[in-house]
Amino acid sequence: MYDGKKIIPGLIIFVGLVTSPLWYNAVSGKTGYVPKPEIPADKKECVEPKAYIRVNHKNLLEDWKESVVRNGVRIYKASNKKTYTMDLNRTCMSCHRDKTKFCDQCHNYAGVTNKCWDCHIYPKQVKEEGIK
Amino acid sequence: MELTRRTLLKIAGLTFLGLSAKPGWEILSAIDQPEPSTAPGALANKKWAMAVELKKCWSLEGCKDCIDVCHRIHNVPDMGSLKEEIKWAWLVPYEKVFPEHEFEVTEEDYQHKPVLLLCNHCDDPPCVRYCPTRATWKREDGIVMMDFHRCIGCRYCMAGCPYGSRSFNWRDPRPFIKKVNPEFPTRTRGVVEKCNFCVERLDQGLTPACVEACKEKALIFGNLRDPQSEIRRVLQNRVVYQRQPELGTKPKVYYIL
Repeated sequence: MYDGKKIIPGLIIFVGLVTSPLWYNAVSGKTGYVPKPEIPADKKECVEPKAYIRVNHKNLLEDWKESVVRNGVRIYKASNKKTYTMDLNRTCMSCHRDKTKFCDQCHNYAGVTNKCWDCHIYPKQVKEEGIK
Repeated sequence: MELTRRTLLKIAGLTFLGLSAKPGWEILSAIDQPEPSTAPGALANKKWAMAVELKKCWSLEGCKDCIDVCHRIHNVPDMGSLKEEIKWAWLVPYEKVFPEHEFEVTEEDYQHKPVLLLCNHCDDPPCVRYCPTRATWKREDGIVMMDFHRCIGCRYCMAGCPYGSRSFNWRDPRPFIKKVNPEFPTRTRGVVEKCNFCVERLDQGLTPACVEACKEKALIFGNLRDPQSEIRRVLQNRVVYQRQPELGTKPKVYYIL
């Protein structure tokens, strides 16, 4: 190999730089970090079982939006035979009052952004962020 | 076996054909999904309309309660300039609303009186035809709805609407809202908005907020498909104007003189 003396150390430095976030987390002890969304203590169940919500909440919210906006149907019949109003604010956010302690926990961890809060207003925001 | 150029090409071609078989089959055999629709009968036996009794409206001079309540509950911002104005309901002098009337000797007294304007919720709405994303459409009960999630801000609907009922958010409207109503979403930059006939209130069995707020009971709202409804009663045997009926949009906001 021509210029092996330059290329091989260069490659090692490059790989080191690319993987530096991993090293950083390993050194600062964050490798075992797991997001901990705050579950409201006084409420026992969500509209659907936890396992379903965890995977499908985005589809559920999308379906709700479609149902309310397009079809004017606001009643959600859950799998546990209970009915709920399809409403982000009045249903979801009445338990999970602060999105920074719930939604953002996982979304930030997974690097997922959503645009819900560009328009919708969560209850706590009204009180705290000076949104009058 | 020696791989010639010819056989290589043949094998490559066959491989491509093989790979495309499954997705091709999936596309060609897909059955069209039906458009989402309301539970049949739920909205179909309704046709919402509004009547404005102008003389009752004018009896309280300078009153803007209907507009104020509408803009408050729907988080309509006050942008401060005419160019960026966002309005769901607004006032225009009589002579500008009905320019086809001959004012020389008729309706002299009314010329400068304010007339409440809002989205006409046309039977044949041009905005719906123009919208390329179906962000606006006509519900079965006649309400011309908007899906803010879906609006791409192309403003074709604004060009299409002959009544100027639609406004565009040139800037983020949130800082311009005096008091946010958390029950109703705000809009973002690049979205068109307009009166929705208080769909969210109708679903709860209430009348539109402007109708409720009017002290003079000058606004009458109801179901045209119900022959006993108040709206049908007030529209009978009266002189009723619509804005630009000659366009064939069949507005559902009536003005009673």
